[in-house]
Amino acid sequence: MMEKKIIRSLRDIVGKENVYTENSDRITHSYDATQKSYLPDVVVYAHSAEQVSEVVKIADSLSIPLLPRGAGSGFTGGTLPVQGGIVLVLTRMNRILSIDTDNLIAVVEPGVVTSELQREVEKLGLFYPPDPASKDFCTLGGNVAECAGGPRCVKYGVTKDYILGLQVVTASGEIIRTGGKTLKNVVGYDLTKLFVGSEGTLGIVTEIVLKLLPKPEAKKTMLVQFETIDGAARAVADIIRAKIIPTTLEFLDAATIGCIRDISPIPLPDECRALLIIEVDGDSDVIEKQAARILDIIRPLGVLDTRIAETDAESEEIWEVRRKVSPSLRKVNPDKFNEDIVVPRSKVPDMITALEHLSEKYDVPIVNFGHAGDGNIHVNVMVDLAEDGMQEKVDMVMKEIFHAAVALEGSISGEHGIGISKMDYLGMEIDNSTLDYMRRIKRALDPNNTLNPGKIFESDVSG
Amino acid sequence: MDKNKTLKDYEVQIRECVKCGACQAHCPVYLENRREGDVARGKIALAAALLDKTGVLEKRLRQDISMCLMCGSCVNTCPNSVPTDKIVGAIRREITDNRGLSLLGRGVSTVIGHKPLMKAAIKTGAALSPLLLKEIPASSGLRLRFPVPLMKDRSLPVIPAKNLFDLFPEFIRGDGDKPTVGFFAGCSISFIYPEIGASMIRLLQKMGYSVFLPGSQKCCGIPALSSGDGRLVEKLAEDNVRSFQKYDIEHIITCCASCNGGVREYYSTMKADYGDFTGKVIDFNLFLAEQGFIEEMAELPKWQARTRVTYHDPCHLKTQGITKEPRALLRALPNVEFVEMEGASSCCGLGGTFSVYHYEISKAIGARKIAGLKESGAEMIATACPGCIMQLQDVINHAGLQVKAVHILDLISEALGLTEE
Repeated sequence: MMEKKIIRSLRDIVGKENVYTENSDRITHSYDATQKSYLPDVVVYAHSAEQVSEVVKIADSLSIPLLPRGAGSGFTGGTLPVQGGIVLVLTRMNRILSIDTDNLIAVVEPGVVTSELQREVEKLGLFYPPDPASKDFCTLGGNVAECAGGPRCVKYGVTKDYILGLQVVTASGEIIRTGGKTLKNVVGYDLTKLFVGSEGTLGIVTEIVLKLLPKPEAKKTMLVQFETIDGAARAVADIIRAKIIPTTLEFLDAATIGCIRDISPIPLPDECRALLIIEVDGDSDVIEKQAARILDIIRPLGVLDTRIAETDAESEEIWEVRRKVSPSLRKVNPDKFNEDIVVPRSKVPDMITALEHLSEKYDVPIVNFGHAGDGNIHVNVMVDLAEDGMQEKVDMVMKEIFHAAVALEGSISGEHGIGISKMDYLGMEIDNSTLDYMRRIKRALDPNNTLNPGKIFESDVSG
Repeated sequence: MDKNKTLKDYEVQIRECVKCGACQAHCPVYLENRREGDVARGKIALAAALLDKTGVLEKRLRQDISMCLMCGSCVNTCPNSVPTDKIVGAIRREITDNRGLSLLGRGVSTVIGHKPLMKAAIKTGAALSPLLLKEIPASSGLRLRFPVPLMKDRSLPVIPAKNLFDLFPEFIRGDGDKPTVGFFAGCSISFIYPEIGASMIRLLQKMGYSVFLPGSQKCCGIPALSSGDGRLVEKLAEDNVRSFQKYDIEHIITCCASCNGGVREYYSTMKADYGDFTGKVIDFNLFLAEQGFIEEMAELPKWQARTRVTYHDPCHLKTQGITKEPRALLRALPNVEFVEMEGASSCCGLGGTFSVYHYEISKAIGARKIAGLKESGAEMIATACPGCIMQLQDVINHAGLQVKAVHILDLISEALGLTEE
């Protein structure tokens, strides 16, 4: 437990009602979507940058680990208090400060939920594209910290492509501003990019300036069933090669289809071994043409069935197929190891082949689906950890999967980040001098290792 | 013998929570407070801690567990369908078993057994007068839900002098030769809104059904369940099963969504099998849809002066997937011009006994409906649950809006002139 004196100082900053110290409070702020759990010593809810700054100053002066937390929906342990300390919750800093329809920007606090912002800007005919699967509950602060992606990123890019400026509380408690409200800005270092994706290890984002786009007029959703995974993989490559960038290009492999066959709103026969969900958006006449061209391109690739949504409801039905996936995977086996490797788009067929080989070699089911359009594949190794030696087996499979991705000039994580889940594998992708350069940045900006310690680099995570 | 399930009985489901956080998007309490202890994932973590003996029933845990409307929104959207509402019920029963009915039960009995407090209630203009309250059975959820002096600011409907059982005999012969159906009225309809029950009975009668309204029927048990009084729920369930045994009936109709959810959902989760009874219980929207009533209504000539009406989804219908039928019914009515509103499916905030403990939050949750309601331009907001009507009207009054909260049956009654008989 934390000293009374510290608790008192925290209460002075945020008010008694925003400091939580009971055992139950520590339990309810101990986990994220990794399902791992580490108890913090105290939980603090902040309401302003000034409060964040004061809390950081206390933590930094006493070398207490400080963990910024939004929705706690991350997959790599970014918000886990692996060394105890203060969990600083930002969900109540959730105001949309402005939506500027003249300059197409929005200014928000970090606790704003992604889809809430999307709803508000769409009412004004604008559009914020990044759409992580958790968009209905994840926060924009977390999106910035992890540089979140999503299906639409094929065409529109990821979170970092939409961040124009930030207000950040540094490890010493100063409040700084990076970037600004203009699309162009080359004054000084691009600190904005440095903080985006830094996983809360360099500073705490307290305000975000976002770039918006005009909302596309229309969209068209297609669901295409293939005889072989190879056909689907080639379809992805051929569509891109034909210089068409769909909004989304999601694929599901045979194992995934097997999981949802019984509950899919759209019939998926046994012959269907792979599935693509393709969506295009833009002006109505343009997307009609694009859709027709896409169908021409994929026709020779073993297409079993094509369904084109004519209404919003039909489009929703297609997406429902995709949404059924994650909850159904545990039908294969109780324990899921979910990775989000990414390879250059043209290498998707090679990666799929490599995954099939690994599944056979280690005799473990590997279920694959994801954002084929940008090469980001969600690889799910499904096992039963109760079986003897399974954890070791999983570790070996994981390592080989990452090796394969890196060998294809890809990356071990497309959108989930490193956190604690992938720190052991960082060296596979990043050479020593680059890694050391990163460590030097961390040491320079956070000399007392106050902010989110034990993440990305170190592997001395205490259980 | 305790027929209620315990926390241990839910262990498998509790372990199925994958901590994804999806419940945050749907929990009315979380959306208001943005605090992890308020959302399903936090409560499931606490439930797991209780099972693992790493957590105890300390004050904060009791507070967090009290912060649940049991609306079921999280269950519907949970990838693993973890039944948080039922798990919360089980923890509340443990709290009650451990500490007695301290949280609410004591408060309620204090009010009801305390004359000066009761007088204060009347002075503050609260409508539930003690005399009339006496008419309401001691086991009724109304007593748990509206211990008046605890909620000075709440607008409550005036309690009519005659309750539903005063107005109708136990058996009401129909105008045709259709079979007899049971009518499970529930406390709010029996004692606060008997005219809704009257419309239901007259409509069934007009459609040719005879109606069995057993006077011995009791509260459905939701408020008792919500306050953690497992023994009372069990007793009420047994009494209700017995009450409806007199006639061989195929359907027992409800027009209170909470009662419907209470009987269909919760009795079926007890260890005893009440399937014979619960299987017959059907929401009036579904029943009317099955009878072709919606098509009949749609054929009537539309009125010249129609009322602009929107719809609020009661949680206990929404979670059962009953969302299309009430809307179809409203669209078909000749006296209604139906408009959809944004946020139609968000909870009104009443939540069993929730609004007694947490009136301010309950009001704030309800107030989230106001923007959508305003935008819809509706003159009335129709729903299918008297609890929602009461809460919505309170929220509307506080917002200073000129909108009336009504039951769908009120509108059916107007369309068919059922009150004029």
